[in-house]
Amino acid sequence: MDVLGILIPVSLLLGGAGLAAFWWMLRKGQFDDPEGDAHRILREDYDDHPK
Amino acid sequence: MTAFADPQHPSACPACDAVPLAEQVAGKALDNARLMLALPGIHCAACISGVERLLCDQPGVRAARVNLTLRRASVDAEPGVTSEDLCAALNEVGYEAHELDPGLLAATDMDARGRALLMRLAVAVFAMMNVMLLSVAVWSGADGVTRDMMHWISAAIAIPAVLFCGQPFYGSALAALRAGRLNMDVPITLAIALAVGTSLYETMLSGEHAYFDAAIALCTFLLAGRYLDHRTRANARSAAQELAALEVPRALRLVGPGTETVAAADLRPGDLVRVLPGGRIPVDGRVVEGCTELDRSIMTGETLPSAAAPGCTVHAGEANLTGPITVEVTAAGRDTELARLGDLVAVAEAGRSNYTSLADAAAKLYAPGVHIVAVAAALGWFAYTRDLRVALNIAAAVLIITCPCALGLAVPAVTTAASARLFRKGLLIKDGTALERLAEVDTVVFDKTGTLTDGAPEPLGLDQLDERSARVVLALAQGSAHPLAQALEGGLTGRGIKPARVEHLQEVAGFGVEGEWEGMRVRLGRSGWVGGGAGVGTTATYLRIADGSAQALTFADTLRDGALELVQELQEQGKRVVLLSGDVAPAVESFAARLGVQDVISEARPEAKAEAVLALAEEGAHVLMVGDGMNDTAALAAAHVSISPASALEAARAASDMVLTGRSILPVVDAMQTARLSRARIKENFTIASVYNLLAVPLAVAGLCSPLIAALAMSASSLSVSLNALRLR
Repeated sequence: MDVLGILIPVSLLLGGAGLAAFWWMLRKGQFDDPEGDAHRILREDYDDHPK
Repeated sequence: MTAFADPQHPSACPACDAVPLAEQVAGKALDNARLMLALPGIHCAACISGVERLLCDQPGVRAARVNLTLRRASVDAEPGVTSEDLCAALNEVGYEAHELDPGLLAATDMDARGRALLMRLAVAVFAMMNVMLLSVAVWSGADGVTRDMMHWISAAIAIPAVLFCGQPFYGSALAALRAGRLNMDVPITLAIALAVGTSLYETMLSGEHAYFDAAIALCTFLLAGRYLDHRTRANARSAAQELAALEVPRALRLVGPGTETVAAADLRPGDLVRVLPGGRIPVDGRVVEGCTELDRSIMTGETLPSAAAPGCTVHAGEANLTGPITVEVTAAGRDTELARLGDLVAVAEAGRSNYTSLADAAAKLYAPGVHIVAVAAALGWFAYTRDLRVALNIAAAVLIITCPCALGLAVPAVTTAASARLFRKGLLIKDGTALERLAEVDTVVFDKTGTLTDGAPEPLGLDQLDERSARVVLALAQGSAHPLAQALEGGLTGRGIKPARVEHLQEVAGFGVEGEWEGMRVRLGRSGWVGGGAGVGTTATYLRIADGSAQALTFADTLRDGALELVQELQEQGKRVVLLSGDVAPAVESFAARLGVQDVISEARPEAKAEAVLALAEEGAHVLMVGDGMNDTAALAAAHVSISPASALEAARAASDMVLTGRSILPVVDAMQTARLSRARIKENFTIASVYNLLAVPLAVAGLCSPLIAALAMSASSLSVSLNALRLR
């Protein structure tokens, strides 16, 4: 069971990293327009100036 | 979960609201940085880039971005660029566009409160997953030191997480207790506090049961419900404030030979005020000098300009279109009809917040019940075992089991699913309880102009017009920008008629157009001015050639898309349909006959409209009001539930619960059907949640409820209500 001493902190760290990534995406507005982003990526207009 | 939200009471005095709002409006005019347009028609990548390119090409536009998910565009523009210009440019190339009510923007990207809730939800989910994982070890039989370690790590994760995530509940519970009432947040807060407290105590004593997982799971489910609820709720803006903003703060008073600028409130009856073309009239009064045309849509809802000559009465808020006039003040400031209309709307809005939603009704039954059961169980066990620790554990278990996770999700999950469905059909919901209220509707009241009609008049009987007159009419109509003249021009050109050669064409403001044709004087305009014949009852313009008799050219309103089908559908469903218009009786009656509506109220002033709606409500009817004009605002606010088209004025949209995003009015039928469905789902959800509670509470009271059973019951009930709500999509 000693391995728990390593696994629990590791799992918490990984989960925390996921939480931080989510916070970053929220700040960057990546959930504001999921449908539009899915379409935008198919257009060439935005290749040079993504927005 | 409307039970938790603080209803925003609009102040009863529009004038008090007007000052900050006027300042805000003035500020907006200076720094007009961000415009929002609704684009109900866009659906693909080509639309996105088409709209963005077009908007960026408009003068003064710095940047534009389309949001396809929300079907809207935000435009960064220099001051002076108006949404009307942008909408017109988009309409020209075939994209349907409307100005978006800024009150609807609360649920979008700029919303700090929504983001904070989402962040709390994310932290809660993270903590719940970790604590659950640790709890699995305990459930599957860990004991001794291992169990204590798991409990301690759970505590280390759960306690800070609960402290951070639960803040919305603590705040609301505290506010409720301070005011001496109970809301759903009180048992929630108590359950969380008791669960964490007893679990910590148990952990210190190496006890068997710890409810850290339950406490954080509770937070997660409730936050999910709260977040969904927040998304369907738009910032409540007061229509009374919008109306007050229409009051003109300054006026030009005639003093001797010149004029001076004074505050409109300082004017006294008998003063003379000058109103220039393009300005709004600041007072109620009588025209003493000058002829013009007025846009009276505020008071009458009539979209066609009406003539004003010396002797005519005018009202504050009406817009002066063509010529300068001098008005003798009869009422100013608080005494004008506009101010009285604002008071009326404020009273109606204050009355509306009294509605008890299904969630409120459930909370009223639920909150005291939970506390009584928990206290009774704790007292019983204390009397039986004389052990405070056991008694507290039982109380915590009861509170956790009965905690309204499913109740908190029952309404917002349904409302979210229903709003998503209606959004696709072209309807925006501004108020969480609007669907519930819509489901109760049995009487539908329609405004005529701008709601069931498109606003554009359609000339009748052009084919009966002889060739000679038709060519003269076309030539004269081309000389005017009046909506009737433009409708004639469109109709005649469409029939392939060529204009006659009319010379000395001249428009006489407020009366019509005249010219000379083959040496004869020809006139097209109002019956009195044209002369030689009596007027007909309906909307009409008159043609007179030389000294012949005047010919009437009558107009009918064009029906809005889907108006006829809507009225028929409603009548088939057995709803009472009423037409309520400020227009003259013959026009309203002939229009009602076209639609097959029997109940007609015509020539209704704004306050008469609100009274008519209230009278229907007193007879026991639940009224849906559909209207678009300033004159409908009071009626919209007074009705049980209200809908306005996208083309409606800002105050009308602020007063209504739902806004149509497209041109068609047919989605109203979908809305009513969806409303009935969602009310049924909400009731089902309450039943599901109650069944789970009834099954689990006896276990908890009997002391048989382990943390595992609590976790299972909570997740299962929350999942079943969410899935049931999703059936609505």
